[in-house]
Amino acid sequence: MHPLHIFSEVLQMALDYEESKTKLIEGLKKKSKSKTKFYFNDLAKILEAKPREAKKVVNRMIIDGHLEYWSSGSTSMYGIPGMGKQAAAEHED
Amino acid sequence: MKHETPLLDQLESGPWPSFVSDLKQQAEKRAKNEEGIDFQIPQDVVEDLLGVLELSFKDGETHWKHGGIVGVFGYGGGVIGRYCDQPEQFPGVAHFHTMRVNHPGGKFYTTKYLRELCELWDLRGSGLTNMHGSTGDIIFLGTTTPQLEEIFYEMTHKHNQDLGGSGSNLRTPSDCIGQARCEWACYDTQAICYDFTQEYQDELHRPAFPYKFKFKFDGCPNCCVASIARSDLSFIGTWRDDIKMDQEAVQAYIGGEIPPNGGSHSGRDWGPFDINKEVINLCPTQCMWMEDGKLMIDNKECTRCMHCINVMPRALRIGDDRGVTIMAGAKAPILDGAQMGSLIVPFMRAEPPYTEIKEKVIEPIWDWWMEEGKNRERLGELMKRQGLQRLLEVCGFDPDPRMVQEPRSNPYIFWKEDEVEGGWERDVDKFREKHQR
Ligand code: HEM
Ligand code: HEM
Ligand code: SF4
Ligand code: SF4
Repeated sequence: MHPLHIFSEVLQMALDYEESKTKLIEGLKKKSKSKTKFYFNDLAKILEAKPREAKKVVNRMIIDGHLEYWSSGSTSMYGIPGMGKQAAAEHED
Repeated sequence: MKHETPLLDQLESGPWPSFVSDLKQQAEKRAKNEEGIDFQIPQDVVEDLLGVLELSFKDGETHWKHGGIVGVFGYGGGVIGRYCDQPEQFPGVAHFHTMRVNHPGGKFYTTKYLRELCELWDLRGSGLTNMHGSTGDIIFLGTTTPQLEEIFYEMTHKHNQDLGGSGSNLRTPSDCIGQARCEWACYDTQAICYDFTQEYQDELHRPAFPYKFKFKFDGCPNCCVASIARSDLSFIGTWRDDIKMDQEAVQAYIGGEIPPNGGSHSGRDWGPFDINKEVINLCPTQCMWMEDGKLMIDNKECTRCMHCINVMPRALRIGDDRGVTIMAGAKAPILDGAQMGSLIVPFMRAEPPYTEIKEKVIEPIWDWWMEEGKNRERLGELMKRQGLQRLLEVCGFDPDPRMVQEPRSNPYIFWKEDEVEGGWERDVDKFREKHQR
């Protein structure tokens, strides 16, 4: 089985994808002056959704390239691709 | 060597083998390249690693940046980005990412499998490994960003192998060797570990938890993977009926015909076996005694500590009515001090497809923690903050005396008004008939 088979689940999600995507990107851009990396909880709050529902939207946005993961190794965060100092530094190659 | 490393060299002077010697050996091996490997990352990666470490010792501070945006497509874990902040001086470790490989159940595998993984890593990484990390994973130390997808492809397509967990994910589930080799396993640890790894792929690879979450499976209370101390949910094999006894074998231990502890302390003469000193008096619940030359156990007092069984494995055996005890909230000391697991399920069956464990324990706990947990708060810390009682409510469990560690410390269980006959209201006049003001 392909490792991404799990994403078939997102086709049946309760939140409307396009609507949620716009809401999340706008929400994150509004906050982007103070920070560029966000905890999953921050995303769920912007989406005003339960974590499990929010996760379906977030998973698909990762696959579509609208969000990217950041990890310290012990903690994971999310950001909009290309935003933030670290993103600039790491995409130098 | 490319860099002078006087501070590191000093570490080799002690009585123990040093990782510095290992690194130098690997650096030399790559420099010679007798196998003619077509290295896909800098050949001198290990020499630069020694160099940057020496510099860190000199400066008294690290030269690694914190974290990064690397991973394989669709996965939020399994790769930990590491970038050096002195890439001009140490180009070999400009990128030095860690990859976590989901270790095989019970951490045993064929030499062929191990050789294949090492060949992949010699070609596409530094060749340095850590067998195994604290979570259990096989750790690949040091590769560059362009190699990540290549390694992932080969791992999944050629070696039928996946990445493990990292970050705010379910971490790679880990188990003891269990029924594959151990007569004390009260359930099939490898079967459940594999089943949960498959069932919770989304949680393992796509982080959405407040912080890390670990499952560990121990077949019996000997706890060979230390689940009780190191996992948010710890599954420990146990039994409900009696310890099975063979009185003839007990006599054979007493008579010195069978060596105690499976002969594991026979390197030295400890004198004749003394069942009182070595077994009965060490029973933590004092529930064993000798009567008319027979060993007796008051099984309802026994806490399944395994001591007597470990000492006399041929005389005493685990019972037949088997399942798991589930503990929650253990963790290492990072934020709020180390914590051992608290008992939440005294006994549950552990047989495929494990529906009761998944639906009554794991999933309600995750829903609660995902909604209520603060960022970077482990389950054990949420349990401390909101109370064990809250966790029991979330799972729909009744409090049980076996959940009390000791009176007045853990836990306080408060009755609610609707749980008490007559509620909080009382007839004051009736009370005053018998009690003065
Ligand atoms: C048959 C009679 C009694 C029984 C079975 C009993 C039982 C207990 C128990 C089980 C505790 C809790 C211990 C703990 O949490 O560590 C306790 C605490 C206490 N009892 Fe009693 N008790 C009895 C009579 C009394 C009487 C007559 C008094 C006072 C006149 C009393 C004063 C206390 C006090 C002050 C505490 C709290 C001690 C502390 O702060 O740790 N008890 N009792
Ligand atoms: C100035 C006088 C007193 C002070 C400052 C005082 C202070 C305290 C404090 C700080 C506690 C601990 C509360 C807790 O940790 O929850 C306590 C508990 C207690 N006190 Fe006092 N107390 C005083 C007088 C008394 C008297 C006169 C009695 C009995 C006639 C008494 C009986 C108790 C009992 C039974 C407890 C235990 C309650 C429980 O653990 O549920 N105290 N007291
Ligand atoms: S935990 Fe128990 S069952 Fe598992 S390997 Fe150790 S002794 Fe055997
Ligand atoms: S298992 Fe432990 S508690 Fe139970 S009888 Fe043996 S020594 Fe005692």
